[in-house]
Amino acid sequence: MPNSLGNFPILSVLTFLPALGALAFLAVPRNRESFFRQGAFAVSLLNFLISLLLLKGFIPSSAEMQFVEWRQWIPGLGASYHLGLDGITLFLVLLTTLISMIAILSSFSAINKKVKEYYISLLFLETGMIGVFLSLDMLLFYFFWEAMLIPMYFLIGIWGHERRIYAAVKFILYTMAGSAFMLVGILVMYFYHYHLTGAFSFDLLSWNTMELPFKLQFWLFLAFFVAFAIKVPLFPFHTWLPDAHVEAPTAGSVILAGVLLKMGTYGLLRFCIPLFPVATLQLLPYVCTLALIGIIYGGLVAMVQPDMKKLVAYSSVAHLGYVVLGLFVLNPQGMVGGLLQMVNHGLSTGALFLMVGMLYERRHTRLIEDFGGIAKVMPAYFAFFLIVTLSSIGLPMLNGFVGEFNIILGAFSYSVLYGVIANFGIIIAAVYMLWMFQRVMFGEVTREENKILKDLNLREYLVLIPLVILMFWIGIYPKPFISRMEPSINKIISRCQAGTTVDCQIPSGISMELNK
Amino acid sequence: MEKFVWLIPAFPLIGVLINLFFGRWTGKKAHWIACLAVLGSFIVSLMVFSRVMQGETLNYDYFNWIWVGSFHANAGVLIDPLSALMLIVVTGVSFLIHVYSIGYMHDDPGYPRFFLYLNLFVFSMVSLVLANNFLLLYVFWEAVGLCSYLLIGFWFQKKSASDAGKKAFIVNRIGDFGFGLGIMMIFVVFGSIQFTEVFGMASGASVACLTAITLLLLLGAMGKSAQIPLYVWLPDAMEGPTPVSALIHAATMVTAGVYMIARCHVLFNLAPLTQNVIIWMGMLTAFFAATIALVQKDIKRVLAYSTISQLGYMFVGVGLGAYTAGIFHLATHAFFKALLFLGAGSVMHAMANETDMWKMGGLSKIMKYTSWTFLIACLAIAGIPPFAGFFSKEEILGAAWSAHRYEIYALGILTALMTAFYMFRVYFLTFKGTPRYNVHSHHAHESPWVMTFPLMVLAVFSVIAGWVGIGTHGGSWIHQFLNPVFTLPGSEHMAEAGHSGSEQLLLMGIAIAAALAGIGLAWQIYLKDIKQSDRMAAQFSGLHKVLTNKYYVDEFYDAVFVTPIKNISIALWRGFDAVVIDGTVNGIGWFVSIIGQLLRYFQSGYVRTYTTMFVIGVIAVLGFYLTR
Repeated sequence: MPNSLGNFPILSVLTFLPALGALAFLAVPRNRESFFRQGAFAVSLLNFLISLLLLKGFIPSSAEMQFVEWRQWIPGLGASYHLGLDGITLFLVLLTTLISMIAILSSFSAINKKVKEYYISLLFLETGMIGVFLSLDMLLFYFFWEAMLIPMYFLIGIWGHERRIYAAVKFILYTMAGSAFMLVGILVMYFYHYHLTGAFSFDLLSWNTMELPFKLQFWLFLAFFVAFAIKVPLFPFHTWLPDAHVEAPTAGSVILAGVLLKMGTYGLLRFCIPLFPVATLQLLPYVCTLALIGIIYGGLVAMVQPDMKKLVAYSSVAHLGYVVLGLFVLNPQGMVGGLLQMVNHGLSTGALFLMVGMLYERRHTRLIEDFGGIAKVMPAYFAFFLIVTLSSIGLPMLNGFVGEFNIILGAFSYSVLYGVIANFGIIIAAVYMLWMFQRVMFGEVTREENKILKDLNLREYLVLIPLVILMFWIGIYPKPFISRMEPSINKIISRCQAGTTVDCQIPSGISMELNK
Repeated sequence: MEKFVWLIPAFPLIGVLINLFFGRWTGKKAHWIACLAVLGSFIVSLMVFSRVMQGETLNYDYFNWIWVGSFHANAGVLIDPLSALMLIVVTGVSFLIHVYSIGYMHDDPGYPRFFLYLNLFVFSMVSLVLANNFLLLYVFWEAVGLCSYLLIGFWFQKKSASDAGKKAFIVNRIGDFGFGLGIMMIFVVFGSIQFTEVFGMASGASVACLTAITLLLLLGAMGKSAQIPLYVWLPDAMEGPTPVSALIHAATMVTAGVYMIARCHVLFNLAPLTQNVIIWMGMLTAFFAATIALVQKDIKRVLAYSTISQLGYMFVGVGLGAYTAGIFHLATHAFFKALLFLGAGSVMHAMANETDMWKMGGLSKIMKYTSWTFLIACLAIAGIPPFAGFFSKEEILGAAWSAHRYEIYALGILTALMTAFYMFRVYFLTFKGTPRYNVHSHHAHESPWVMTFPLMVLAVFSVIAGWVGIGTHGGSWIHQFLNPVFTLPGSEHMAEAGHSGSEQLLLMGIAIAAALAGIGLAWQIYLKDIKQSDRMAAQFSGLHKVLTNKYYVDEFYDAVFVTPIKNISIALWRGFDAVVIDGTVNGIGWFVSIIGQLLRYFQSGYVRTYTTMFVIGVIAVLGFYLTR
């Protein structure tokens, strides 16, 4: 099917190039470790460069699916091979290719056992993640969704730390439990589609045109919601996350925080809200309440963590609370902010895990109390860590602010109470991040081992610089990002308004008229 | 003007970038880049100022920053007499303090880093002043807070310094919590965040709504300008290098709250309740901070509480609707308070970083320039004519009088008396009397000219800056200059109507008498017979203890907010997360595995078990049907 890049099937290439690379690796003897490192990096770099072509071909003003590819897959079941990309997935795919590349680059010195299997896992994981974002066929989507779990399970279970088996099992059971609900939901939708139209179809675009009775919407919403809420993770489904993060190797944490968590919020935005708009409106207060609890709760618990990775993990619970809140207030500010914040969180938290990992490689500990005075020993590390910390707490002129402000503004326009509660999160974020920053970076160097730590090396600079550039870019000139997201977001909003008689745009709470 | 206005923030930003990327090479020459950058900003500010003098103004958007739906935030500048005056003060004082820092920070290992942070601050501060919409103001409002955080904690090896930096940031975030909500409410109500648009529509909004907005904005101002109850960070901020205290925590950043209220005067004028809150908050802050300043032993702490107190005066001014008076005091205060801090820094430089005034004394013989300029600053802040502080403080008190707020006026005069007292207490203890330090071990010396030169320039301005306020009310230069800003449609001159000549003379007489009384008292206690201070402290030991401990406010906040929140967080983590949620999750896992264990017995693989079950099954089914 022709697109703006000619006949080049860019989405298929993006999806399967890493998997092809991984398959090729199978033929290489396992003792050639540097080949796997460089080969994996080369594949991911190539994939990243190809994904940049998307920016060239993408029509910013369009809300429709672009670069669409469609082929018959299992005609008897109504399943097809259907890929497409719109303003919602554009930057998520770019984020995935970028984070995957950086994750591979960051593992060069950290991973020394089963190197071959490690990079094969990472490449398969990249295929799975991109596939999830691009699939427009629900069977295909579900295939990628589940396929993604396997390499992640191995990443935690094989290359993780002390309690890796517990964490890996917890991760997989939690997610599978959610997926089971979603599978039921998908099948109900599938048969209901047959009931309505007389044709079997897994195609998302035709599902989008279905008008479902409220009761059915309600149950289907819940079925999908549980799966995605676990993945996000939304309070109270979050307890797998700190364990998984703490036990995963650095690259695993980076991908987990950078991309995997966005699968949940992406699912909410792509499936829950547009497929079940009436149920969304009915259940919105409950979802927002969970999100708000997550913001406050995640922040408070993060504050008292002795382990840096755990602290960042709980901060993710708070950050993704913001994302979910933004998505569910159903106005442009909130939803664009939520979508942008997905990207922002990937950059900031991904960078935080990378930086914690760099310290871990040097000192083999993640406990805050084992550090202190690092600013003196590693000045370049200090500068980067400062920027990343500030990005995470939403300091203006960095990326986090643009996302968070829009989310809170959207929440405030929807309900003053939501806005006020969400705003407390920015105070708490400053407390836990700056306290951690102080204990790690400032003070005298108290431990002998810390006095001889080496500052960043060239590879580590290369890992961090792209992330920091993007943080400033989004913070100072977010227009190229927002303008590409907005049309697709507006389409979802108008679908919500069309699907119901209830107008979801009226700002409730205090209604302050301009003229008394 | 838009062709060159952008240079004002651009120069220091370039300075930041050069020292950031080439700090290794600039090293001990970092100050050249930093000082030249600020000098450039100052010169461009002067050009802007001269254009504004000719009546030009500018409201120009450089680019679209955040546009989502109907929300539009641009990156733009607003030039009017108010911002032009602020620019001159900010860049001028900044330049002098940059020069001073060359001498003060001379031996510091973090020399380039220091100038990098200072430039970053100047960039943020001038951008704050230039912003033409609420969100941009907020952006640089937080940015100056960041610089403050970095500079307070500049000597980060000291725990007290990094603690103080963190405290400053977090307390300011509490203020910004309100500021942010205020901006959101402005957008919801007016559909815009552009200053000119919002102010144009202001009179259409309900009073309740405007009161809510202004109170939220005020919360931000309270944080940044260290007013009750959010003032607690500023005394601790003295952990930073003294030039930082002078620049950020006295002359410029902390006055941003006053600037913001003056900038939004249209909104505040329409919310009388908020104005009343501002007046009382400012007056109580001025009063209580002054009482604390009476007994502090650390020279920088006295100056810190004095700053809080003077900021309180400015808030009283803008709260009364006397915006010109508030901004006037802001400007004169910038000169004499910067001078006081730099003078204190010069003393510390001479005394090997000693800050305890009880270990000084008699320094005027050794440090001629420092002690003379310090004396001028003391006279200025005490309110002795013809020094600058007299005119601006007099305007604020006069405004209180003509608004018939006599209780405020009385408290203001009382505070002025205390101000004169504690400032001259500092002067006498530090520079006069006999040395109380070991003259042989300390080689006290006058500071180098890079430090004394800025002192002298500031001393000149601490005298003459007040003269722009000479003239009957409404007729002086400063009023003529700022009037176009504060008399836009919707704002009225509430309290600035003049009073009669004789009344004015009487008020001046009272103010001068109060100042002289304060100075005399200080002379009596701290110079004539220094033992008297101990006797007085013993006599009022209870009160003295409360004041020395700053009314135990930090302890109160710790007990009421900090500790409980920490305990709740630990309880949530250890209790809720680990026990309730994970307990449930693991419980489900345990339950499933128990079911599995039980079911296992039915699949033992032994034929006899299956036979037994078969027989039991047959009996059960038969029994069921037979007994029916």
